[in-house]
Amino acid sequence: MAQDRPTASELLTAVADFLREEAVPALDRADPRLGFQMRVAVNALAILEREGRLGPAADAHEHDRLVRLLGRDGTLEELNRELARQLRAGERDESDASLMAHLDATVADKIAIANPRWR
Amino acid sequence: MTVHMQSEADQVRSALAAATGRHFHGAAEVETLVRQSGGASRQTWSFDALVGGQRHALILRRDPPAKGKSDREQSVSIDRATEFRVLQAAHSAGVRAPEPLFELVPEDGLGEAYVMRRVGGTAIARKLLRDPPYAAARGRIARQLGEIAAAIHATDPKTLPPLKRREAADHIAGLRRSLDLLGNPQPVFELALTWLDRRKPAPLDRPLLVHGDYRTGNYLADESGVTAILDWELAHLGDPLEDLGWLCVKSWRFGAIDKPAAGFGSREELWDAYERASGRRVDRTRAHWWEVFGTVHWGVICLNQAWKHLSGAIKSMEHAAIGRRAVETEVDLLQLLKAEP
Repeated sequence: MAQDRPTASELLTAVADFLREEAVPALDRADPRLGFQMRVAVNALAILEREGRLGPAADAHEHDRLVRLLGRDGTLEELNRELARQLRAGERDESDASLMAHLDATVADKIAIANPRWR
Repeated sequence: MTVHMQSEADQVRSALAAATGRHFHGAAEVETLVRQSGGASRQTWSFDALVGGQRHALILRRDPPAKGKSDREQSVSIDRATEFRVLQAAHSAGVRAPEPLFELVPEDGLGEAYVMRRVGGTAIARKLLRDPPYAAARGRIARQLGEIAAAIHATDPKTLPPLKRREAADHIAGLRRSLDLLGNPQPVFELALTWLDRRKPAPLDRPLLVHGDYRTGNYLADESGVTAILDWELAHLGDPLEDLGWLCVKSWRFGAIDKPAAGFGSREELWDAYERASGRRVDRTRAHWWEVFGTVHWGVICLNQAWKHLSGAIKSMEHAAIGRRAVETEVDLLQLLKAEP
């Protein structure tokens, strides 16, 4: 059964905004160490909000690319394990354009969730 | 039965008064004792000791009596007694580092611990990179770090305590072992480690003292620039370019991404200063190799930090959150592998 509004994303954003705008300044005055920790927490909530919104499509695209790259099917975990094995064994490397395109796309999706401002 | 309860600060204060008095040959009073940083296991305390009307600004570095460090922590970082002797050797060799004064003894009850002179300045990257008082220092720090690195590497190995020798191949094996222990497949780190393995520099005939964690955040600086290199617990013997590569890892620029040398200058500025001070040319390919290595290294450290929380070894939101920073180094690695010199 669908939940009422706010959506998960809207609720996480509302919580994060409250903590950032009201809790962090109060904590900074009371105990800077707690203020710092609260900033970490607010940042983690922002990651969760982006992951809820962008994660499912990112996982699906990564899975599709891995199936094409490796020529076999499996769970995301199994396919990444096989790719990691091939890379450690040196069976593929940075000279493989399709590999690099896959890694570029995967890392772009991951950083868009974890820290979109990272350059 | 009555138990005399003493707070940790009281215990540290009375032990420091006794030990400081022994060192300076007089009754010592301990003032302004403040715990500065560190987790439960590795602590730094700042204090003043008043002895015979003279005030000494001091720092205590301390590992409280062991409550079981992880094997990994033990294998990578040196103990306090070794750190004290590394600091003695480096300081005597003229490295800008705090002057180590004396070690505490087991009877002091503080665990492995030593005292050094307190040096002025801040280690906070955000302040050094952006606050107005440090504007002039910002133009000097990259060059100074090149010169100080040369001084560290010029420390006579004969004056050092026994240290682990860690070469490129050992580092690669260590990171692969970490990835295996962590268990999640990491294609970008595997790609980078294979790249590194295929190009790894040959071990030096004479390995040199490597600081091991030479980066912004681990030195103090004031308005005039760098005042002291801190955090020697990862010191080892190896390739000196490891320190220069680590210093250029993007994570240590704290947002100043167009200034690869610690967030303060270009790689060329750093290398030029190092070459002038050491008289040795910096092999560009080798320096790039160590920057790539440092980037994977930091990525794996992020995963390891998160694992400390996930494994139940410690309960820490900060440690958990740092796991999501590993991907930053994946971004950097894909950029670096395309920019092969």
